[in-house]
Amino acid sequence: LPARRTMSVGAPKGLASSGQKPITEITHPLSAADEPLSPGVTLCPQDAGLTNGTPVETSSPASVSSLFNRLQLDDELDGDTSSETKDLFVTVDDPKKHVSTMETYITYRVSTKTTRIEFDLPEYSVRRRYQDFDWLRIKLDDSQPTHLVPPLPEKFVMKGVVDRFSEEFVETRMKALDKFLKRVADHPVLSFNPHFNAFLTAKDLNKRQGLALLTKVGESVKYVASGYKLRARPAEYTAMVEYLDTFSGKLGTMDRIAQRILKEQSEYLTELREYGSVYSSWAALEEELQRPLEGVAGSVSTCCRAMEDLSENMSQDFLPVLREYVLYIESMKNVLRKRDQCQAEYEGRLEAAILRRQEDRTPVPAEVEKCQDKVECFNADLKADWERWQRNKRQDFKQLLTGMADKNISYYEKCQSAWESLITVLQDKQTEDKTSETN
Amino acid sequence: MMADSGSEDAAVIGNTDISSAEAENNLRNTMVEKGTSLLKKLEITVSEAEKRTGKNSVNMQETYTVYLIETRPADSGSEAGTPVPDMLWRRYSDFELLRTYLLVTYPYVIIPPLPEKRAEFVWHKLSADNLDPDFVERRRVGLENFLLRVASHPLLSNDKIFFLFLTDEKGWRDAVLETGFQDKVDSRLKSLSASFRVKNPDKRFTALKQYSDELNAVISQLLRVRARVADRLYGVYKVHGNYGRVFSEWSAIEKEMGDGLQSAGHHMDTYAASIDDILEEEEHYADQLKEYLYYTEAVRSVCRKHELLQYEVEMAAQDLAYKKQQREELVTGTVRVFSLKGMTSKLFGQESQEQREQRLAALEQGIQEGEELLKDKNHECQEFVQSAWKDIERFKEQKDRDLREALISYAIMQISMCKKGVQVWSNAKECFNKM
Repeated sequence: LPARRTMSVGAPKGLASSGQKPITEITHPLSAADEPLSPGVTLCPQDAGLTNGTPVETSSPASVSSLFNRLQLDDELDGDTSSETKDLFVTVDDPKKHVSTMETYITYRVSTKTTRIEFDLPEYSVRRRYQDFDWLRIKLDDSQPTHLVPPLPEKFVMKGVVDRFSEEFVETRMKALDKFLKRVADHPVLSFNPHFNAFLTAKDLNKRQGLALLTKVGESVKYVASGYKLRARPAEYTAMVEYLDTFSGKLGTMDRIAQRILKEQSEYLTELREYGSVYSSWAALEEELQRPLEGVAGSVSTCCRAMEDLSENMSQDFLPVLREYVLYIESMKNVLRKRDQCQAEYEGRLEAAILRRQEDRTPVPAEVEKCQDKVECFNADLKADWERWQRNKRQDFKQLLTGMADKNISYYEKCQSAWESLITVLQDKQTEDKTSETN
Repeated sequence: MMADSGSEDAAVIGNTDISSAEAENNLRNTMVEKGTSLLKKLEITVSEAEKRTGKNSVNMQETYTVYLIETRPADSGSEAGTPVPDMLWRRYSDFELLRTYLLVTYPYVIIPPLPEKRAEFVWHKLSADNLDPDFVERRRVGLENFLLRVASHPLLSNDKIFFLFLTDEKGWRDAVLETGFQDKVDSRLKSLSASFRVKNPDKRFTALKQYSDELNAVISQLLRVRARVADRLYGVYKVHGNYGRVFSEWSAIEKEMGDGLQSAGHHMDTYAASIDDILEEEEHYADQLKEYLYYTEAVRSVCRKHELLQYEVEMAAQDLAYKKQQREELVTGTVRVFSLKGMTSKLFGQESQEQREQRLAALEQGIQEGEELLKDKNHECQEFVQSAWKDIERFKEQKDRDLREALISYAIMQISMCKKGVQVWSNAKECFNKM
């Protein structure tokens, strides 16, 4: 599905250059179709790799297999919107590295297809970097405090061992960003947020970011300063918090187990490789047994490759999803805290107003009632989001765990077939020998 | 009829369902089929092991294990009922004594090895304790194997002492000592450790010794690495058991997902537990490799024995040549080789004719004896070469057959392990799907 390019608004800008202009003013190379590239800004050519020289996903149109995967993912997420027709489809793909004198960073293509009237065009294709996603998340968080905003993958790499530009890292991050946007797009309220619209459609997102930071500070100050203490949290919300805490703990445990398994598998692999090579050394000494021994070495080698695939899958597909859910849980807890704050504020104001009324008959001000409305809205939104979150969680983990089972099954099947084909070779020779003996 | 894409052929795959125990039985059957006259008459098993305590040679209490050897007529079952087997108990040191006797008595035969004296190549779950029941069990199998190997050897199976070992509990020791084999033990040990240089080594034996040394090294390495692989694989499986616990805990806080998670957790526990049996079975394979590891020592000792004989031939020839040289000098009066006698006679005058004739006669005798000795030694060496090489060819065929079987049974074990893995994870997947 090749995305249509966004139309240029106004006169095309001059040749982009780096070094002389600040980075915020340099247009993304793909945002204006016919501009030749300046010598300063390097765009990776179609087949170029990233730092380590490995090829990046093919550029537009997206490769068939990744497209297929995305379509499958969309089917899975349909659980939520199956009753409604989905009218907004968002995809993240096509990572590209950009090198300038100031910095090096990766951009991703964000493609949108929609029939919503809130959008001017039915299709969009823009390029965004991680900063832009972060901006979106902050804006959503601020403007929709009663709703759960999905988490983003971590901004900074934790262990410091992973190369920010390695194919695996970029691939993993891209999948997480894709998931993020899809979750927003599937949310009945968040998806209509104007910031989301801007993110999907605007050419120059960069100009707005400076303002966003100021706004963020202002709003969070507002919440902290309210300072009301909550009297009694309704049991259902306490239950939610407890569930989230326990669930988070279990996810942490699973993360540790998975890492331990990876470690053991890696050490097993090291020994297994040597094991296979000893059979080869032995084969060199033998005549009759040479072929069987080489056969064993070959089967062991196949098993090694199968184990490599399994481990790679665990670290690239399994662990990141676990970690992302821990972040998701934190987001949900944040929303619950905000709800608590909202309720506390209402209770505080109400109490003050009642005291005043008792003193001098001043009626309860209208804004206190507005607070009550706020609390009720918040509760309603939160309950809806909680249900959605639970549904998504069930789907996601079902998918994650069946995926893990599938990979393990595939590993054993590969090994089994390697040994079965060896037996055929070994037993063939035996039959040969027996028939020649009886002759 | 083997299909080209072998894995499609049901007949071939059917064979992969046999267990490694059955594969070992095949080995036994092969030995019986090829059949020596002894095996045709007698069925031999080492059926049990028991702990005993008693005083040893330095009068200290010790605990040791005895093994029950049972023999019964081979074609039993057709007559009235099963005849009662003869049985007697032997301990490991008895087997060692028997083997030493065979080594000394048949130096040109590659004598089958005994199972290891102490547990070697262990990985962490395996006990290095000689009294550990698993070790004892594997040793029992190894001892039975040893007896069957000897019983299936064309020469060794006819040995009287071997027969007495199997049938005469009390009298065997005296009989074996009476053979006087112990005198030869010392000289054999000397020959194995001595360093001497053979001038014209037999190329075939040199090649064989080199092969044997290389095989020894490679099998040792294989066993060491295999033990490490087993250790690591154990770790991988056992850590998965933790999933069992965490799924169970997690299922407690879930509503719809709870059942699926809980049952998946059980499968993870099953998976983690399955490695114990898998690795125990693999020990059989390790034992098969070990047998041939120890066989290389027997091969080496045959080569060394040959070297010694060859050396003795060369020494005898050298000695004879020297004596002949001396005679020539005496006869012709020329001194070619420096000798003290020659020098002294030059300095102090010639010896008398009588003395000369005495010396000549002595030399002639020495030469005659030397020629006899050389003939004997040559004959001995040639006979040795002939017998040894016959046994070596037999051994090579046996080795190729046995190791091929061992590799097949190893592959079968791996397939079985993979099938279990597929099964467990498929079960878990079903549970996840119900989440």
